[in-house]
Amino acid sequence: MTAMVQDILGSQLGLSLCFIAVSILVILTAVAYCIYFERKIAAWTQDRYGPNRVGPLGLLQPVADGIKFILKEDFVPGRVDRVLFHVAPMVAFIVAMIGFVVLPFGGRIRWPWMEEGTELLLQGASIDIGLLYLLAVGSMAVYGVVLGGWSSNNKYAFYGAMRAAAQMLSYEIPMGLALLTVILATGALRLESIVDAQVAHAWNLLLHPVAFLMLLTTALAETNRAPFDLAEAEQELVGGYHTEYTSMKFALFYLGEYAHIITASGLLATVFLGGWEPVPFTRLLAGTTWGGWLHWIASSTSPLAGLVRLGVFGGKIAFFVFVFMWVRWSLPRFRFDQLMRLAWKGLVPVGMGMLAVQGWLLYRGTPVHWSAPVAEVLLLVIAGAVNVASGREITGRQASLLRAASVRGEVGGTPAR
Amino acid sequence: MPSRNWRETDIVVVDQPELTLSERLYLPQIFGGMRTTLRHMFSKAMRDRTVVQYPEQKRPMRIENYRGVHRLNRDEQGRVACVACFMCETACPAHCIHIEGAPSPWPDREKYPIQFDIDELRCIYCGMCEEACPVDAIELTPEFRLVGQSREEMIFDKEKLLMVFDQTRHLKPRKNPPITGYAG
Repeated sequence: MTAMVQDILGSQLGLSLCFIAVSILVILTAVAYCIYFERKIAAWTQDRYGPNRVGPLGLLQPVADGIKFILKEDFVPGRVDRVLFHVAPMVAFIVAMIGFVVLPFGGRIRWPWMEEGTELLLQGASIDIGLLYLLAVGSMAVYGVVLGGWSSNNKYAFYGAMRAAAQMLSYEIPMGLALLTVILATGALRLESIVDAQVAHAWNLLLHPVAFLMLLTTALAETNRAPFDLAEAEQELVGGYHTEYTSMKFALFYLGEYAHIITASGLLATVFLGGWEPVPFTRLLAGTTWGGWLHWIASSTSPLAGLVRLGVFGGKIAFFVFVFMWVRWSLPRFRFDQLMRLAWKGLVPVGMGMLAVQGWLLYRGTPVHWSAPVAEVLLLVIAGAVNVASGREITGRQASLLRAASVRGEVGGTPAR
Repeated sequence: MPSRNWRETDIVVVDQPELTLSERLYLPQIFGGMRTTLRHMFSKAMRDRTVVQYPEQKRPMRIENYRGVHRLNRDEQGRVACVACFMCETACPAHCIHIEGAPSPWPDREKYPIQFDIDELRCIYCGMCEEACPVDAIELTPEFRLVGQSREEMIFDKEKLLMVFDQTRHLKPRKNPPITGYAG
């Protein structure tokens, strides 16, 4: 019996399957509690207490929510596209749940009963194109939104879906540019290799601060979170793409959104915050007492260190989830033209500049170089200067008002550029 | 020349305020806003000052002029004070009051209501009935916790309205003594 368990845990496939089974349970629970923390953080930001009635500190609120979702009537409106109406929430949820599998949760471990020199990866799957897989799965999420909005036979839902699709297309590009910069620097698409490169050199947050900001922004847009939540703008579109959904189907959209946030947080933590490395530059800390512990956590193959690394990675994910919620309750939603302007006139040019700088560094043969962060910050400053120098944007209604004023022979406020 | 009911001097031209440098750079303002929300997020004192935990804590109410559930007042002898004059029913903009009068068995007035129904769901709690009543028989109470499981249940009849008076008289005594001009 023991031998069999050792055998299963000792093989990469067995360990990965066990890991996936456990992590699905953990992530489903985490997703349910994300909703609780979202409400708590919303309340704290607005000087309220948030849910505090069900159980101590309101901690049983997700259970109550779940029971309520299951007991609600599952209503299907007339004249919807029945097949797609049922499939859309499943697509949204499943696609959000399969991204986790490539995240490098715990690094390499070796069980005590295994031979010296053999190692196992504490993660679901290790594939060469991990980053591409995450990007592909991430952009699949919009399928759930578009299908849901389209099949609902409701103009508000349809508008929400169209907005989501246009937004996704626009923000895929700066996201790709930001990630491409990192890929050029680390020379790998495999997520473990990206983490290893950061352990060997420095966190990408320090090497590519602007790429980090850009990926954070586009991750907010990809997950349809405020200030990019135009697809579910309550004030304009009732509920957006999920207007017609009730009961567990609505809940699946909701859970899918939070699962997607956790995946995006995992991506940010992996690519920019050194994955499971507790602090940057642990390799330099090996000599000192506390630094020695940190170095042990980052480099040891003992299962205990793997467990601690899981905790570190989970902590980083939790931090980014918190940032996502913090942003949501701080910033107002963009107008649609502002959203498009930010992507095409802001993020894409800066991203191309970063890519050019990184490409030049790669050509010189020094992909990891201190001039990368300097150049990126410089690019940001230049972008700000261009923005300031180009004057106030005049768009849409303002432009037509100015035209009307000039036809009447009146002088408008600021001349259009 | 189309007629117009405004003057040129009424028009105030407001220019959009010029954005400051940090506002035009956008990012500093974003971080400023995030700092503000973070400050509120981690300040327990602020929410302790703001929040009222409702069923346990209650804010003080203006009992005198709060417009909640209606009541029908009783006079000193415990009889219904209404004289079935239909003033409230006439004044009611929501048409939620239904009264049926009958000759009064008592010598101090001509009529009294044998039926007095108020549809609490239809009522808009404007207080016009209270204003209209010549004998201050109908009044709005500070009771706002009005629940029911059916529409029928929410139509309050005479007995129920008198019961509301019995329940709220300690909170808000009847305002004025009856003025009917009849010998009591």
